[in-house]
Amino acid sequence: MSKKIKISETEDGTMLFNVDPIIFKDHYEMDYLHSYAQDTPFFSGLANGLLLGSECKSCGYKYATPRKYCMYCGNETEWLELPSVGRIHSWTTCYYGSQAFLKETPYNLILVEFEGVNTLFLSRLIGVGQENLDIGLEVKPRFLRNSKFKATDVYFVLSDEN
Amino acid sequence: MRKVYLVSGGVTKFAKANPEKDFRLMVKEAYDQAISDVPKLNHAMIDGSVVSYFSDHFTRQLMAGAMVNDFLGLCPKPSKRVEGGGATGGLCIQSAYEDIASGRMNVVVAAGFETMSQVNTWKGNEFIALASDTNFDYPVGGFYTGYYAMMVVRHMHEFGTTPEQMACVSIKNHKNAIYNPFAQHPAELTIEDVRKSDMVSWPLTRLDCCTMSDGAAVCILADEDTAFKVCDNPILIKGLGTGTDSMRMADRPHGDVILLPNENKDDYKGLKYPGVHSCRAGRMAAKMAYEDAGIINPIEELDFIELHDAFTSSEIQTYEDLGLCKYGEGGSFVEKGYPFMENIDYGIKLPGKTKIAVNPSGGLLASGHPIGATGIMQAVFSIWQLQGNIKEQFGNDTLQIKDAKRGLIHSHAGTGTYVAVTILEKV
Repeated sequence: MSKKIKISETEDGTMLFNVDPIIFKDHYEMDYLHSYAQDTPFFSGLANGLLLGSECKSCGYKYATPRKYCMYCGNETEWLELPSVGRIHSWTTCYYGSQAFLKETPYNLILVEFEGVNTLFLSRLIGVGQENLDIGLEVKPRFLRNSKFKATDVYFVLSDEN
Repeated sequence: MRKVYLVSGGVTKFAKANPEKDFRLMVKEAYDQAISDVPKLNHAMIDGSVVSYFSDHFTRQLMAGAMVNDFLGLCPKPSKRVEGGGATGGLCIQSAYEDIASGRMNVVVAAGFETMSQVNTWKGNEFIALASDTNFDYPVGGFYTGYYAMMVVRHMHEFGTTPEQMACVSIKNHKNAIYNPFAQHPAELTIEDVRKSDMVSWPLTRLDCCTMSDGAAVCILADEDTAFKVCDNPILIKGLGTGTDSMRMADRPHGDVILLPNENKDDYKGLKYPGVHSCRAGRMAAKMAYEDAGIINPIEELDFIELHDAFTSSEIQTYEDLGLCKYGEGGSFVEKGYPFMENIDYGIKLPGKTKIAVNPSGGLLASGHPIGATGIMQAVFSIWQLQGNIKEQFGNDTLQIKDAKRGLIHSHAGTGTYVAVTILEKV
């Protein structure tokens, strides 16, 4: 006698938020094998306590971020060690954020300007509240001891901090 | 190039969540509204579509544009998707324009949507922040309100702009939206209401920011022959401009202002431009569009503007990028009452008279911002303004600009990474 062909039933179900229309929880997750590629020296620099920007030797433009090629003349840049202090060019304190950063609120974001460098650098500023933040304050970078190879391996503090 | 006209438009009511309709059905609803306004245009006359939505993460469906084209009954005609962050809708219209101007097609549907209710707001903020540099900006605390807060903190430093001036934008746009039945978040507000609402990123409060939305918008574009055959009052696309800038705002230059015809170099001695206080892409797009349309003095030669006010601060920045006032004067421009509607009582003292209505629809702040639909929504409301149809479409004529001849729509992405400016004219 032939056996009835069927898919075996399981006991897992679907989480519903609503029945008409049906709204259900649809989980989605993935791991990427992400390469920093040509920007790798910036991240290995952070692991070694170095903050690197880029410099165009052809037109003299200096960037406070990695840019393999110059935005203006298109020539290849060289790595540039950024000065050990900078100033707050602009700032905010975030009391709300993306899901990934909600637990860190409130946190300060700053754009740092460096003497002799044409562009800015985005980072966190810690150890100071919104009421004491101001454009022009001198700041210095600090580096995580245990590098995570993320842009957050560097953060800033006011330069009169120990 | 051939002349291109907008013959009609349609828009769904924007809502925080609209789970009864998926993206295809929302677009279909907007499309049916658009096509019912031009009875002489039948479905068979449509040559193709351009479909725009910003985020694959929100949509959770790749090639969703193809599904929209199919749902509208347009297969096997040509279609493509256009994406450019917050400027997605404006770029979509420009792409549809190119299809017709080039002579490749005669009638094109420009359709946009976003379904942001697919995730909760905090996850939505994460998806939006993925449209910032994911190696350098996003991991630091990627949050667009934070980016815009840094831009306006610098604007305040350079020019003396105040949070109270920003609140005036919120009051204006939320109040205008009371008369727009399609708007998501109409409200009557005071400066105190705006300043005392929850702080999001200093100085931007909840009422300085637009909200997440579900919605769709559709425009139908046609060549001159077809436009006048099917429509008594088609709207001419008179000028186009598109600008770009670096993804990372940290990389923006600190150089010279790109001047409009009504400005000169001496206006900006010592100003480092655009820095992070201004949008070079917006200025570039405006300059191109004005040149294309033959506009010398925008505030005199335009009757209204629908611009991308994702934040109150970005509306102030955009007054300046568009040359409605000089760089640095955006805060006082709104405080004096220049961009308000002259026939509405906003409950605040406005010392000056209306110069040009900005965001009469309520803009993104109050109409909503379903990203891929937003730039097209601006075009739909502008078509109705220029056709004198606001009363018919909105059920009241409060927002109808009298004798509106020419309007400008401004669609903006990132921290000013893509900007599309399009000038529309009654003929």
